[in-house]
Order: sequence, then C-alpha cells, then structure tokens
Amino acid sequence: MTKKKKQSAPTRRGFLKQSALTAMSIALGTKVVFANYLPADMLPIALTDATDFFDLKGKHPDLIVLNDRPINAETPPHLLDDALTPNELFFVRNNGIPPKNIDTKTWTLTIEGESARQSKSYTLADLKAKFASYSYDITLECGGNGRKEFNPPAKGNQWNLGAVGCATWTGVRLKDVLQDVGIKSDAVYIGYYGKDTHLSGDAKKVVISRGVPIEKALEEESLIAWEMNGQAIPMLNGYPLRLIFGGYPASASGKWLHKIVIRNKVHDGPKMTGQAYRVPCKPVAPGAKVAEKDMCIIEAMPVKSLITFPKSGATIKLNQTLPIRGHAWAGAKQVTEMHYSIDFGSTWQPCTINAPKNRFAWQHFTANVRFPETGYYEVWARATDSDNIAQPMLLPGWNPKGYLNNACHRIAVKVV
Amino acid sequence: MKNNISLLLTSVYLVFGICLLAFCYVLFGNVVSGWFDFSSVPSKTAIQRTKTTPKSEQVVDGIHLETGLVYAEGFDIVRGTCTACHSAKLVTQNRASREGWKQMLTWMQATQGLWELGEQEPIILDYLATHYAPEAIGRRANIDMKEVEWYILNLEEE
Ligand code: HEC
Repeated sequence: MTKKKKQSAPTRRGFLKQSALTAMSIALGTKVVFANYLPADMLPIALTDATDFFDLKGKHPDLIVLNDRPINAETPPHLLDDALTPNELFFVRNNGIPPKNIDTKTWTLTIEGESARQSKSYTLADLKAKFASYSYDITLECGGNGRKEFNPPAKGNQWNLGAVGCATWTGVRLKDVLQDVGIKSDAVYIGYYGKDTHLSGDAKKVVISRGVPIEKALEEESLIAWEMNGQAIPMLNGYPLRLIFGGYPASASGKWLHKIVIRNKVHDGPKMTGQAYRVPCKPVAPGAKVAEKDMCIIEAMPVKSLITFPKSGATIKLNQTLPIRGHAWAGAKQVTEMHYSIDFGSTWQPCTINAPKNRFAWQHFTANVRFPETGYYEVWARATDSDNIAQPMLLPGWNPKGYLNNACHRIAVKVV
Repeated sequence: MKNNISLLLTSVYLVFGICLLAFCYVLFGNVVSGWFDFSSVPSKTAIQRTKTTPKSEQVVDGIHLETGLVYAEGFDIVRGTCTACHSAKLVTQNRASREGWKQMLTWMQATQGLWELGEQEPIILDYLATHYAPEAIGRRANIDMKEVEWYILNLEEE
C-alpha cells in the first residue's frame, strides 16, 4: 500500500528510523517484518523513549491493568465502594499516547466546523472567566465494560466489571460555549479532537475522534470539565480538559480536549465509523458477521449495577446477617427498583435504593441478606430502570465488538 | 575523576560498537537473518539458554515472562511484529479463530498503520489461531472458582 514511499529517496529521518528499527530487531531477536513499508513519519512506539507515557502515576496499585501500552486499567468492584469514585481509582481507557509537557497557560480549545458560525479559540482562563461553571455527579462507563463475557469472544480489551466510575465533574456547559461561537441551524452533531497521539508513531494519525448528536451536546449536564472530585483531572483521565456526557459510552467524553467541530452530518472521525462503538441495528445470532451498514452508533448505556461490598469470596457464619451494598445506573434514565437473589433468580428480594444526586449520577443500594443454611451461595443483584427494563441474568444480545454487557453482577459467599 | 573518564570512554566504545553492529545489520540484515530460521520451534537448547538470560526473558510453563506470550513456533515473529505499537497484553487478552485473527490484522492494516506482513502473515496467523483460540463458555460462565479468594468477613454476631 505504501510501496511508492519505499522507493522514494532515503531521508535522514528515514535512515535514523531504519537504524532504530534495526536496533529493535536486534533487541527483539527478530526483524520488524516489512519495516520498509512503514510510512516515513511513523516510528512504532516501542522505538521511542515513551515509557513514561505508560506509567500509572496517580493511580491506585490495585487497579487491574489489561494493557500497559496503551494504558487500559479497570477497578476491582470492591474498590468502587465509595459513593464517588476517587480519582486514583477511576478506570483508564486510553487509545493512544497521552500528551506530554502540558502547559495550562497556553492550552486552547478551538470550536469550528461546517455548522459553526465562526472559528473561535479559548484558553482555560477564558473558559473560567467567561462562562458560569457547574458541577454534576456523572457516571462514566466504557462501552466495552463486560466484553470479557461474550461468546464467541469479542475483540478488544477484555474488560470485566470495573470500567465504570462516578465522579463530581466541574466545568462549563458545552452549550454555553457552543452558543457563544454560534450554531448554524443545520447542525446535527459535534465531534472532538484530543492531544493524544497514535501508537504507530504517525504524528498525522488521529487516535480517536468521537462525538454526540447536537441535542445531547446542548443538555445541561454536558460539560467541558477541568475538575474531577474537586481536583485537577488526572493525566490519564484527560488533564487538563475533557468532555463529559452522562449516559453515553465514555468514549464520547473526549480527553485532552483541544478542538470541537460542529458538524452538519454525523461526525465521521476515527472510531465513529466501522464497527467501533456500534452494535447491530437489528438483533443477530452469536458469532454472526454484520455488514458495516447494518451497525448503529451506541447512544444510551443500559441499566446496570455492581455489588461493591462485600468483596466476592466472603465467608460468614450462619447466624450472621450479610449487609450488601453497591451502585446502580441506567444511562439517561433512573433506576427505580433494585433486587437481590441468593437462589440464582428463583426468588428476588428488594434492596433499598436512593435517588440520584442529579441525572446521570449512579444510585446507591443496600440490603441485609440472611441465608437459610450453611453452604455455597451467590448473591446476584438486578436493577430495573424507569421503563421497567431490568438487567438480564444471562448475557444480553451478542454483538461483534462486545459492547453493552449489562448482565447481573454476582458475588460468591460461603456460609459456615 | 580518572574513573569517570574511563567510564566515559567505555561508554563511548560501547555506543560505537552498537552503532557499528546496527550499521552492519542495516547493510546485511536481510542476508544474516536468512542464516537463522527464526520460525522454527524453539529448541531445547534455546529453552535451557534462558537460565542465563535475564529473568524477564525466561520461559516458565511455556510462557515467555517478559511478554506473556506463549513460547512456541512463530513466537519471535509475533513478538517482533505485534509489540511494536502496543504491548503483547492486547494480544494475549484476545481469543479468536484464524479468520477472526485475520480480520483483526486486516482492521489494523486498514486503520491503525499496521504494515503488510507478506510471507510472515500465515506464520503469525497459525501461531495466534493455535495458542489464542476461543473456548466455548456458553451464554454465561460460572464464577471462576480459581479466581475467588476466600476470606473471613468479620461481622457482628446476633
Ligand atoms: C502499527 C501499529 C500496530 C502494530 C504493529 C500492531 N498493532 Fe494491534 N493495534 C494497533 C492499534 C493502534 C490498536 C488499537 C488499540 C486500542 O484501541 O487500545 C490495535 C489493536 C489490537 C487488538 C484489539 C483489536 C480491537 O478490535 O480492539 C488486537 C487483538 C491486536 N491489536 C493484535 C495485534 C497483533 C496480533 C499484532 C501483530 C501481528 C499487532 N496487533 C500489531 C496497532 C498495531
């Protein structure tokens, strides 16, 4: 595909790259196959001194690291027990390499696009001075949370349970900024661009550029945020600026935000198209091949819950009552009922569930569980949303990329 | 001071040596690599040799410690190719049929800058389809009993 480039005159950078590739070949004990076909600007990440991009600075040591290059790490359920997820425990889904040497004084956010009345840039100080700031508790969940359980297996990071968290996000309303720029009447979508760079080393390659329909962008809780739980957003979660869209796959909430485009069509940046963050428009059999035209963009995340106490594996005595607790959330909807079962769904008992702090915040539930006799049990939790849709006990509809697994969470308990 | 200078000199020689090696490799790499059959099954001697290699290069229970990849035919090529952009963890997490792996490679070639793999592609696909094949787990797997760490939960007694 890049054969032409191969024949072009050798450049200094090309030579340096060739030497570096060769050095890597030596280090790895094998040749980088067809390295000559690499585009001229591209230097695979293994050859750069980028190891410091891939440390989990500021993150809890007990996060489960699914991938260290790029960093993808999830929180074990029992560490999500806090009402709000502390910054060091919040999951990380990076698609590329976070930016380095960030200067908040010179960082700008530019708004442009076919459906913007003008192109306008703001510094962080401009945003803070010019617009009112708001704080909301908003749950962010990776679209692929729970992917691990799909059968046949789905491609990508094999998230188990903990690619979810809820934090207080502070920033300005996206709609205030968009309206300050001016939105043309034909606007249908917004798309974001971040300062992260592609793993292939190709500086021109956009890592991920997703977005939301304009109606979603104009919601009150849709933020351009610089604070998470009252502190600067951690580097790995998008410092110094990110978007926040509650109830959508977290990938819509662009990190290291520096540009927003107002589009007159559905945004078509990388990971908006193809199979990424899409599910079959109509249900398909497990393992089915689905043509790209039959894949639809995920908008709302489904109703879901997590038992955060006790940690799976608790052993208690027969005369003890087991207190359980956790959180439940339902995209843009509310969780209206919460149940638990200790007999694999034969009977369900109600939990106490409180109201969300605001729309898109997760809700907390508690219950006290008694067991009839000694033995092995599983405590299953099931949330029901305001449309009376409940979590399934089995996996929901299979889809090629393994999104939207909202099957009931369960923990193992032994009564002795 | 004198120590520092000799240290410096040693480093300079070392760097020069490495450069020279790298340079030779640039020139003769294709020829030299042909002398070795990287794709052969790692031999017993290769595995024994790991005793003297750094800990991370060791192979334990058929797993190469540094990368977590299965140490078997095709390992060198897979390592060389598939850890250039992301870590091997992205590979070892995934399970797919040969066709499924082929689709992932095609997707990376179309969208993520993965280059043409030429005659190495079948070797890579054989390796992946053999060692990272899907297991049937039904509509929902049991809680993995090996993963559960049992502990005594201290609660008030009634
Ligand atoms: C030129 C860079 C590059 C090389 C070389 C490369 N990959 Fe990838 N690969 C990527 C990128 C970028 C992603 C997306 C990473 C992410 O989303 O976190 C990816 C994702 C993946 C995924 C997840 C697929 C998905 O649908 O999310 C797998 C599995 C994978 N690579 C396997 C491999 C294997 C096997 C090889 C060796 C043949 C390889 N990669 C070589 C760039 C590369």
